[in-house]
Formats: sequence, C-alpha cells, structure tokens
Amino acid sequence: MLGLNAKDSRFMLIVVALTLLTPFILNPFPADSALAQFNAGYPALMQRFAIYGLMAIGFNILFGLTGYLSFGHAAFLGVGSYASVWMFKLLSMNVIPALIAATLVSGVFALAIGYVSLRRSGIYFSILTLAFAEMCYRLAYSVLTPITNGETGLQITLSDPRILDGAPTSSSLPTPGFFGLKMNAAHTIDIAGWSFTFSVGYYFCAVIALIGFYLSLRIFRSPFGMMLRAVKSNQQRMNYTGLNSRPYTLAAFVISGMYAGLAGGLLAAMDPLAGAERMQWTASGEVVLMTIVGGVGTLMGPVLGAGFIKYCENIFSKINESVLHSWFSFLPDGVEDVVTWIFARFVGEGWHLTLGVMFMLIVTFLPGGLVEGGKRLAARRKKKSDADAAKHPAE
Amino acid sequence: MGILEVKGVHKRFGGLQALGNVNLSVKENTVHAIIGPNGAGKSTLLNCLVGKLIPDSGSVMFDGQSVLGRKPHEINQMGISRVFQTPEIFTDLTVIENVMIPCFAKRDGAFRLHGIESVQDEKGIIEQAEQMLADVNMLDKRNMHAGSMSRGDKRRLEMAMCLVQEPKLLLLDEPTAGMARADTNNTIDLLKEIKEKRDITMAIIEHDMHVVFSLAERITVLAQGTPLVEETPENIKGHPKVREAYLGEAQV
Repeated sequence: MLGLNAKDSRFMLIVVALTLLTPFILNPFPADSALAQFNAGYPALMQRFAIYGLMAIGFNILFGLTGYLSFGHAAFLGVGSYASVWMFKLLSMNVIPALIAATLVSGVFALAIGYVSLRRSGIYFSILTLAFAEMCYRLAYSVLTPITNGETGLQITLSDPRILDGAPTSSSLPTPGFFGLKMNAAHTIDIAGWSFTFSVGYYFCAVIALIGFYLSLRIFRSPFGMMLRAVKSNQQRMNYTGLNSRPYTLAAFVISGMYAGLAGGLLAAMDPLAGAERMQWTASGEVVLMTIVGGVGTLMGPVLGAGFIKYCENIFSKINESVLHSWFSFLPDGVEDVVTWIFARFVGEGWHLTLGVMFMLIVTFLPGGLVEGGKRLAARRKKKSDADAAKHPAE
Repeated sequence: MGILEVKGVHKRFGGLQALGNVNLSVKENTVHAIIGPNGAGKSTLLNCLVGKLIPDSGSVMFDGQSVLGRKPHEINQMGISRVFQTPEIFTDLTVIENVMIPCFAKRDGAFRLHGIESVQDEKGIIEQAEQMLADVNMLDKRNMHAGSMSRGDKRRLEMAMCLVQEPKLLLLDEPTAGMARADTNNTIDLLKEIKEKRDITMAIIEHDMHVVFSLAERITVLAQGTPLVEETPENIKGHPKVREAYLGEAQV
C-alpha cells in the first residue's frame, strides 16, 4: 500500500487509527469524576501533541538517522510561526498559504544555518546550531522588531491588507480556516458521563502530522535513509566509498528544519500569533528531550516522547495545592501538610522537577526510551506465553 | 605507463621529512607491495594517494588524471578503493546493507536524494550485493549486524565492499596488522582468491614479510621517506640495501 510493504502498511494503519481516535483514547475518565483532571482529550492539548509530534518526527530524521544533535531547531519553529502569521496578515486567513510559506522560509533558514554548522560535527555542531538559534531569538526580540513586533509578538489586526479575503465584514478578528472550516470550531458529544470534543483544529493538525509521519517512514526505508544511517555509523568509510557525506547531512538538516517550520506554522494556524520566546533555547532542548524520551532513531518514539512531555506539562502544571489537599485529606492533619508540601514542589510551577526525575529514570533504566520499554514488555509477555505453551504442550 | 604513477612526491611535517622524492609506478593487473621499516613513510604515501594528505610537491597520476587536491570520495569515484588497517565498516548496519551502499555509490555517484524510493525495490542492487557476498562466502551472514561479527569476518566484509565497486586499483593498508597467524593466512588466501577470480590491480602496504612474499609480484622498499629499490620478490630477499634498511648497517 502506498509504496510500503505489508508490515509497514499495518503499522501505518495502526498509527492512523490511533490518531483519529485520540479524542476517545485520551479521555478515559468521566467528565465529573475526580480523575477527570488526568484527561487530555481537549483540543488545545491534542493539537500540541500533533504539532510537537510532527516536529519531533522531523528532528528524528536528523538526530535519529545521522546522529547530528541540533540544539537550534526552535529557530525553525519560530521562523515558521512568523512566516505564517505574515501570510495571515498579507494574503488570507486560509491556512494553506501560511503553511506553505512556513515550510519554505524555514527550509531556506535551515539551508543557511546547516551549510555553516555542518562543517563541524559532534559537540561543535551542537554549539553552532545553538548559537544560531540564540541569534535568531535575539534578533527577533530586538533588531527585527519591524518584522517580528519584538516583545509583544506578531499578531493579526483588523487593518491588515489580507488581499485575498476582501474587506473585513465584522468588527471581530478573523480566525484561520481551511476553505470555510474554522480552526477553532469544535463539536462536543456527551455519552453517559463522558464528554468527547472533536475539533477541526486537532483533526487538521493530525492529518498534517500523519502525512509527515508517512513521509518519514518512506525516508527511513529509502536508500537515502540508509545513507543517513551510514553517516552515523562510519563517516570515514562513507567518504572512502565514494559518497559525499556533506550533502546527505545537509539534506537531512533542511528536511528536519522544514518539519519544524511546518510545526511552527501549525502553531500559528491554531492561534494566530508568533512570539520570539518560541525560539528560545529551552524550546530547542525540549524537542531533544522528546526524541530521547521516546526513543532516538525509532519511528514512533519521537511522537510518544512529544505526547509524554506535553501531557506532563499540561497535567502536572494544572495540579495545585488545594487539589493535593483533597487527595491527601485522609491523612492525619500534620502529616497531610508535610506530604502536600512535598508533592506541591513537583506540580504546578514545579512540573519541570517531575519531568527531570522521569527523564533521569527513563535514560537510566530505558536507554532506548519509551519504545524500548514497550518492546521489553512485549518480549516479557511473549516469553510468558511461550512458557505457558511449553507447560501444556498437548493442547 | 602504470595505472598509478607517483613522481617526485615530497611531504614534510614541520621539521620531519616524511616523504622525499618518491617515485612509484604500479602496473595494471599486478600486486604491488610497498614495504619498509617503521617510520619509512608508507602510511604517509598511502594517505597522499587517497586524498587524505596533499603532498608538498610532485605529482600523483591515476589512470591519466591527477588525484591531487581531490577529496577522498572523488578519488574513490575515479576507481581507487581502500581497505584500512582496522576494518572500517558500517557497524550499525546489516551485512547486506554494508555491501549495498558501495553499489549505490557506484550507480548514483557521490550524492543522490532518493528519499522516497524503497530500498526493497532496488532489486538490481540487492542482487549485486548478494552475488558479492556469495563470492566471499558470507551469504549466510546476510542479515547479521555487521558490528557483531568477528574481526576476520569484518575484514572479509570490508574487502567485499571494496570489490563490489570493481575498483581499478585496490589499496590495502596493512591488511593483516595485529592478526593471529591463522587469520593472516585466511586473509592471504582471500586475497589470492580475489586475484585469481578477477583482473585487479592491488597495492599493499605491509609489515609482514610472509604476506608480502606470498602475494606480491613487484615490491618497492621504502626507507626514511625514499624508495630504495623496486624489484621482484626473488630479487628483494637477498638485496643488500634492503637488509641494510631493516637491520642497520652494522649487520651487513
């Protein structure tokens, strides 16, 4: 199917099914139950899963296949956001020109940054990309204020030309859409105690992310993908085999930069504003964490990692002391205060602590990330069922 | 005229003259060995041939074209393949993938963005790689992780990766360095087999006299960066200049 072999087609179908059913899967708890705050099936969060998943998929083409660790991918995310907000301002509120511009402009940025950075490898490459991303951030924050609107961030206004949309008909700001489908439109279905929200924005992001996933699957299985793995494995042998590793790494860098730019464009399409803080180095570090937590060089890992981190960010940062007090109210008074105080450090503002602890645990015990964890579980189950089969051979 | 013509090559590292006026001619379809004591400049010479080092002066012509100033991958595309002292293979890839990569390099050149085609659809390349693996008796290890193999198998695989490109010249940099006697003999047999099966020109840099005398048709002795003699193996054995270079003057 679509140029994939049977095994990959099956894998792709499972990913499609999971993505389309996400509003159900992430809402396992009834809306008014005490556990409802662990539900993640609301549009804003699901959109972020898809968008950051897309970015991590692209990042993995560079880091997972070639081993070049870029610490500057947030620059492309930011560039993509700015490019698409400009499209919203100048051309139309339709997301298609915005996303095309986001991808192309970030591709050009990636070409320039990659061309210079890829002259070095290892830690020097990482530092160079980090330096470029910080430069982009500082420029966006100060010098380039006419283009980026500096600290305030770039926003759409009623007085924007929007030459394809015609004159504004209402006094409220327009929302981005896909040929009449508004990105913020949503439909909620209540079944028994559960409430499921289906939003246009999420499904739009999901379809783009699925296309991105499909392309990355094709790249992984292609001769080009094999060359990228060869770069990671032994660049010396590669050069002495008549292959020029530089254009291969540059192509991988540009492709992953375009993925990041597209993700940035989607962020702007969901909420049409772009700020410089999107380019900060912490944002670059985040996509590195996502890829490592999920599993470097695996197809599914980066998506899982992105989901894991965004889930922790949203769920743990929402929990506050009063929620903790209600959880631990069964404890004696003094003890309750102590326990609540300790846990409070790890939630709300302090959710990064929780993330840090989990990152350490995963890197220490599951160096292959969440994907390796899944594989180990599957292997253990298989072993157990094999052992069971051995015990009852006659059946 | 040989396929490889080295003329008047000098290379200096700071105050050290590594190569001084090296002349060398490798004839087509011969096995040419370059021997010499430690520090004679053998590796420097080899690195000048493959583009890793650029000589200070002199010329290196291969197949009528100069290799000087070209990058390693360009020189490989001209038809020179190199086997390293310690096998350089793609350790994270499978054996068959290791052999497919040089096939792609030969067919598609130094770079091609074939990102959407599937590797599995490249029937011609797969067939070519499998044929090569069969030639070196490694077809049973087809799907093995290349890094997990024994050193002897890695050496064999590296040879296969070079041979599948059908190079006009195969350079071997101490192919038996650090090997046990049995492995050394296996390598000699492998090289003899290769030599018998196909028309190939080989230049071997070697320490081990046993290897050199079992394989070489011509031998160049290098000492202190200059060639002393170029002769057939029979004439090298008792040559006074060679003894002098290896054993020192007092022994003559």
